Amino acid sequence: MIDKRVASLAAAVTDVKDGAIILCAGFGAVGMADELLEALLEQGAKDLIAVANNAGSGDRGLAALIAAGRVRKVICSYPRTDKPYAFEAAYKAGRIELELVPQGTLSERMRCAAAGLGGFYSPVGVGTQLAEGKEVREIDGRTYVLEKPLKGDIAFCKAQKSDRWGNLVYRKAARNFNPTMAMAADLTVVQVKEFVELGALDPEMIVTPGIFVDRVVQVAGAK
Amino acid sequence: MSATAKPLNRRQIAWRAAQDIVDGSYVNLGIGLPTLVADFIPADREIVFHSENGILGLGKAPAPGEADPDLINAGKGAASLLPGGSFFHHTDAFLMIRGGHVDLSLMGAFEVSAEGDLANWTTNDPHFAPGVGGAMDLAAGAREVRILLEHTTKEGEPRLRRRCSYPLTAPRCVKRIYTNLAVLDVTAQGLSVHEMIEGMTLGDLQALTEPPLTLANGCRPLQAPAL
Repeated sequence: MIDKRVASLAAAVTDVKDGAIILCAGFGAVGMADELLEALLEQGAKDLIAVANNAGSGDRGLAALIAAGRVRKVICSYPRTDKPYAFEAAYKAGRIELELVPQGTLSERMRCAAAGLGGFYSPVGVGTQLAEGKEVREIDGRTYVLEKPLKGDIAFCKAQKSDRWGNLVYRKAARNFNPTMAMAADLTVVQVKEFVELGALDPEMIVTPGIFVDRVVQVAGAK
Repeated sequence: MSATAKPLNRRQIAWRAAQDIVDGSYVNLGIGLPTLVADFIPADREIVFHSENGILGLGKAPAPGEADPDLINAGKGAASLLPGGSFFHHTDAFLMIRGGHVDLSLMGAFEVSAEGDLANWTTNDPHFAPGVGGAMDLAAGAREVRILLEHTTKEGEPRLRRRCSYPLTAPRCVKRIYTNLAVLDVTAQGLSVHEMIEGMTLGDLQALTEPPLTLANGCRPLQAPAL
C-alpha cells in the first residue's frame, strides 16, 4: 500500500541534515511552502544551501530561515523580492553567500538533474560575467556555455491537492518552480491545501505524478 | 539434470520475478516475458507500473470489447489505468527512467554476461532490422535492472555468457536473473546461484552456463505454483 501522507509538518522535515541543499519552490511569496520551511526552522538544520528564485519575503518561510542564520548560501536568479529585508540584512553583514543564475538556466539545471542528464549547452549568459569560467562551445554557428545539473537533497514544494500516491495539482501561478523542483531532489516534501481520494484527480490533469513525491502534508489554512 | 527436474514455464518465470517486487515500487516491465509479471503481484502489495509511452499506474489488460485504442502499453497492446494513475508526455516518461525515478526495470535479453553486461537489442542478423526502443535508457537509468530469460537458446546454447557475443545494451547493469532453471545474482565474484529447480545440481546448471557459477549461501529450490 502506498500512502505518502504524513500527519505533521514536523514529521515531514524530520531528517534534514546540516549543509543540505534545499530547493525552495515559489516565485516571490507565491507557491512557497512557508509552513514546511518554518517547520525546518524548528527542526534546526543549519549551514543550508537554499535554491530559490527569490531569497525570501517578509518574515515567513525562507526569509525566517535566513533571518535565523540557518542559510549559508543562496542560489537564485533575483534575491530581492517584495520585502526582502532578511536577505538584505544578511548580505550586507556578509553572513550569506550569493550565486546568481539566470532564471531559465536555474530551472533547466534542475530539470537536467531530474532527468539524469550531465548538463546542457545554453546561449544565455554567453560573453557575460555570469558565464565566466564555464566551458564555451560553438554549435552550428551559435555560441553556448555548458551548464551543469543542479540537484537538491530535499525539495520543499506547495500544491493545491494531493492523493495518497502523492499525485499533485497546483493552483494558478502558484505552480511556477514547483513541478521542476519536485523532480530534482533526493527527497521531495510537499504541503497541500487538500487531500483527495485516490482516483479523484483527472489522470490527464495531474501535473506532478506521485513518482516524484515522497511525503505530503496537509496545511489547510495556508494562504 | 535428473528426470524429475522440471523447468519453469514462461508464466512461472514471471511469477517468480513478481514475488521479489517490494510494496510501493515504481516498476517498468519490458515487452514479452516481463509483461506477464503484472499478473502475479501478491495481492497485499501495491505496485505502480510505468510505461515508456507516458503512463504511471498501468492496470491489467482490459476485458474484450473494453479496450480503448488510445490506451496501450509499451508492447502496443491494450492497457488500462488504475485509480491514481496519470498520463504525461514521452520526454517526461524518459526523464523518469534516466533520472533514476523508476525503482526497477524488468527486461528480457538475448544474453547476460558474468559481470552483468546486457545484450538485448540486436543479434547483428543482416535479415532482421534491429530495434533499441527504450532498452538502453532503462538499462542505464533504472535504479535496478533484473532480467527474465530462458536459460539456453532453442539450440541449447547458454545465454549466460562470459562475455556477451551480441552488441551491448549497457555494461554492468544487471543485478538479478530469472530463468526457467534458476535465479542468479550478479556479484563481484561472478554469477551466484540463489535458487535452482529441484532435481538439478550445480554441475547440471554449470553445463548449461558459460561463466563459472557459485552456490549462494542458503541456496533454495526454485519453486512456482502450477500456472
